[in-house]
Amino acid sequence: MLEADNLECVRGDRRLFAGLGFRLGAGELLYLQGKNGSGKTSLLRMLIGLLPPEAGEIRWKGATIKSDEFRADLCYLGHLNAIKEELTPLENLLAAAHLADEVLSEDEAMDALEQVGLAGREDLACKYLSQGQKRRVALARLVKEKRPLWILDEPFVALDVAAVNWLSGIISGHLQRGGLAVMTTHQLVDIPAGTVRELRLS
Amino acid sequence: MLKIITAVISRDLKLAMRRQADIVSALFFFIIVVSLFPLGIGPEPDLLRKLAPGVLWVAALLATMLSLPRLFADDHRDGTLEQLALAPHPLGLVVTGKVIAHWLVSGLPLALIAPILGIQFDLSTEGLVAITLAILIGTPALSGIGAIGAALTLGLRGGGVLISLLVLPLYIPVLIFGAGAVDATVTGLGGEGHLSLLAALTFASLGFAPWAAAAALKIALE
Repeated sequence: MLEADNLECVRGDRRLFAGLGFRLGAGELLYLQGKNGSGKTSLLRMLIGLLPPEAGEIRWKGATIKSDEFRADLCYLGHLNAIKEELTPLENLLAAAHLADEVLSEDEAMDALEQVGLAGREDLACKYLSQGQKRRVALARLVKEKRPLWILDEPFVALDVAAVNWLSGIISGHLQRGGLAVMTTHQLVDIPAGTVRELRLS
Repeated sequence: MLKIITAVISRDLKLAMRRQADIVSALFFFIIVVSLFPLGIGPEPDLLRKLAPGVLWVAALLATMLSLPRLFADDHRDGTLEQLALAPHPLGLVVTGKVIAHWLVSGLPLALIAPILGIQFDLSTEGLVAITLAILIGTPALSGIGAIGAALTLGLRGGGVLISLLVLPLYIPVLIFGAGAVDATVTGLGGEGHLSLLAALTFASLGFAPWAAAAALKIALE
């Protein structure tokens, strides 16, 4: 489903990687590993189409990723939370769904917030939440997420142990439904899934 | 297509309502700058009437500039701009929504307050109507052109000053036809021609500017 061929990444004068390729099918998880500065985030940004590769090609379902169809299948969670401080967690979830052209009812959003442990905080502006709670608001998007390709940049950062377990359950559920996931992480988290591939950048 | 534009507008308006200080400060900047001129020039009605269109328009340009640096910067900083760029729509539509929302909170209030400020310059009723119409029709072009500048300077240090240098020269046609509309009305020539040209500038910039700004944003996001 997701194929990358012969990718090359140059940032400034430095070549981070070249000749990188992989294939990822339904229900498969790709772990990206590597030191700080090895190009993990750059590779993710190539995969979502924000950073054009120096060379090589990325295809989704056999077609180029420069299309609205690809973006309609893509859910990206960056290391920035992409939540608005002035809005409440509930408003943030609903606004994000609207802008991504997804259907999300208020009840579903409340349910998602309850799952991430933010019940009772849904009407509080996000600027009053702690760092970890803001991360949970960002992660709550994943609860009702039906799009098949998840690209997650360091999803476990700033989470406590219980939340890490909860998130790995969510990712594993997504894989069991036939979804794909690409993620970077420095913490080794055991995600129960059919096929786990690893890619080490060095 | 309309759905994504309205979704962006409603989100940005909601954000603006939670941060009313920004809207109010630009509006007060406009009011104070315009009010300083009659005080500085003194009670000379003829001179004031002559100066009014130019002063009101220059103040409107500067007041619009005030809020431009934040048009994309806030979304860029918290990562929502990435998400908007990844939405399954052309980015130009998203920018169109942001431009319209920017006009609703920065341009529209200027047009509403302009007739009251015009009284300080002893403008006739026709003059007041003309300046209101001109600012109402012309300010969307300011938001549209400004979006290009805001996108090009996104993430740069000292971007605020750079935006002014980039965008103010591009505002000159709007200034000329906007002030010209009032002059022409007051002197009895009729301002319709100027207003039509202003409307043309607005439509052209609302049609093209968001796509240019979207191209600049994609570069800024790389």
